[in-house]
Amino acid sequence: MIEFNHVSKVYPNGTTALNEVDLQIEDGEFVVVVGLSGAGKSTFLRSINRLHEVTEGEILINGESITKARGSSLYRMRREIGMIFQNFNLVRRSSVMRNVLSGRVGYHSTLRMILGLFPREDKDIAMQALERVNLQEKAYSRADELSGGQQQRVSIARALAQEAKLILADEPVASLDPMTTKQVMDDLARINKELNMTMVVNLHFIDVARQYATRIIGLREGEVVFDGPVGQATDEIFSDIYGRPVHKDEMLGEM
Amino acid sequence: MKETPVELSSCTPPMPPSKKKPLFTIFIVLVLVTGSGWQIGFSITDLTAGLPEMGSLLVQLVPPDWTYFGEVTSPMMETIQMAVLGTTFGGLIAFPLSMLAASNIFHTNWITVPSRLLLNLIRTLPELLLAALFVAIFGIGPVPGVFALMMFSLGIIAKLFFESVEAIDSGPMEAMTAVGANKLKWMMFGVVPQVMSSFMSFFLYAFEINIRAAAVLGLVGAGGIGLYYEQNLGFFEYARVSTIIVYSLIVVLVIDFLSTRIREKLQ
Repeated sequence: MIEFNHVSKVYPNGTTALNEVDLQIEDGEFVVVVGLSGAGKSTFLRSINRLHEVTEGEILINGESITKARGSSLYRMRREIGMIFQNFNLVRRSSVMRNVLSGRVGYHSTLRMILGLFPREDKDIAMQALERVNLQEKAYSRADELSGGQQQRVSIARALAQEAKLILADEPVASLDPMTTKQVMDDLARINKELNMTMVVNLHFIDVARQYATRIIGLREGEVVFDGPVGQATDEIFSDIYGRPVHKDEMLGEM
Repeated sequence: MKETPVELSSCTPPMPPSKKKPLFTIFIVLVLVTGSGWQIGFSITDLTAGLPEMGSLLVQLVPPDWTYFGEVTSPMMETIQMAVLGTTFGGLIAFPLSMLAASNIFHTNWITVPSRLLLNLIRTLPELLLAALFVAIFGIGPVPGVFALMMFSLGIIAKLFFESVEAIDSGPMEAMTAVGANKLKWMMFGVVPQVMSSFMSFFLYAFEINIRAAAVLGLVGAGGIGLYYEQNLGFFEYARVSTIIVYSLIVVLVIDFLSTRIREKLQ
């Protein structure tokens, strides 16, 4: 469970990215966060694993404050949280296997990792993760030989190998075409159902959000302006979140 | 971010860039060149007067003394060995030092600024000076040469490498932070795989330069082939000098060829 307790974030230049966010996300939910670019979606997501610091309030993960965590306890808490990025963030020159294995570094000693000595079980875990996204035959290819959609699925496999309980995905399909968007979102949905992994996903496309989410959180200028089950998120609600009627380019279409 | 309609500018089309700037650049370069020549007393007549001298020297260099090859093989090997050791030690120190100097790896000024100062200081010292310094410390022989080459290659590799470290993709580093890696694991998995091939490439480049640099170190008594250069020049043994030149040329060409091939493979 993720709890936001009166969380605010103000950048040094005075921009408010998050304003008094107060909500809870239960285990197994598929939450999609929507809002215009600059509404604070990315800050919201990145404050959960503290890639961004908040200026006020506290975020608890399963009752433990990540806001106050320091040193090794912060590393341990981050280990439980997988993250998927818009630009995949793989080491392009390394093999797919090595990229997936890098999800395991939090489980081993620093010395062992400097020497790159992963135990046999880790290689099995990584292979299983690749199987789950249907890429096991690419295990020993270089990451940059793969298509964008495949690279994104490798990064999902990395989060799986991490054995996280929660996955954060920051615009995971923004740089993909409609076909691969569907594959990647289907993978996330399947992992959510089969492994009961909580998903918190930032999305730009409203129809994609509606199709996969169980719950929608709408942000506008750092404030939560809508929070409810997907069935309640009508076109009017989206217009309200966006502060204007929904544009055509906010629909992916052909799903 | 609010969407604003693009305003069509009502002003006249932009003027082509002025021609004054390139003209001014040419003027500045001319002033610098003639000024420098005048300051150091360069004269064309001196140059032409020296030409016949150069010609007679060239005549004496040919043909090389082929029998001398066997004799200089062992100092030539020593030169290569000095370069191997010097580059290796220099590279081993350059790697961590470049990391410390890169502002995308260490975000605090009190680490990066002193590291960069140290790098600049090392790079300011010419290898011949370093060699003379180490000869004074360790005595005549290849050991001071190795140390001089170490410092020299440290300067070259670190400078090039730290710039390429600063240019890497921040994505994998961000991913490693999110995975829960501590600083060392973060570097091992987010940084090192991205920079390893450029490091190897700079390492080989430094080795190429070191082979040539090692050849002159003997002039100050730091071992290698340089000593033989000096002796033969002193005794006006130009045929032998040209043997060493030809020999060095072959070694340099072979090593450059191999190293270029390997560096191409690293891309």
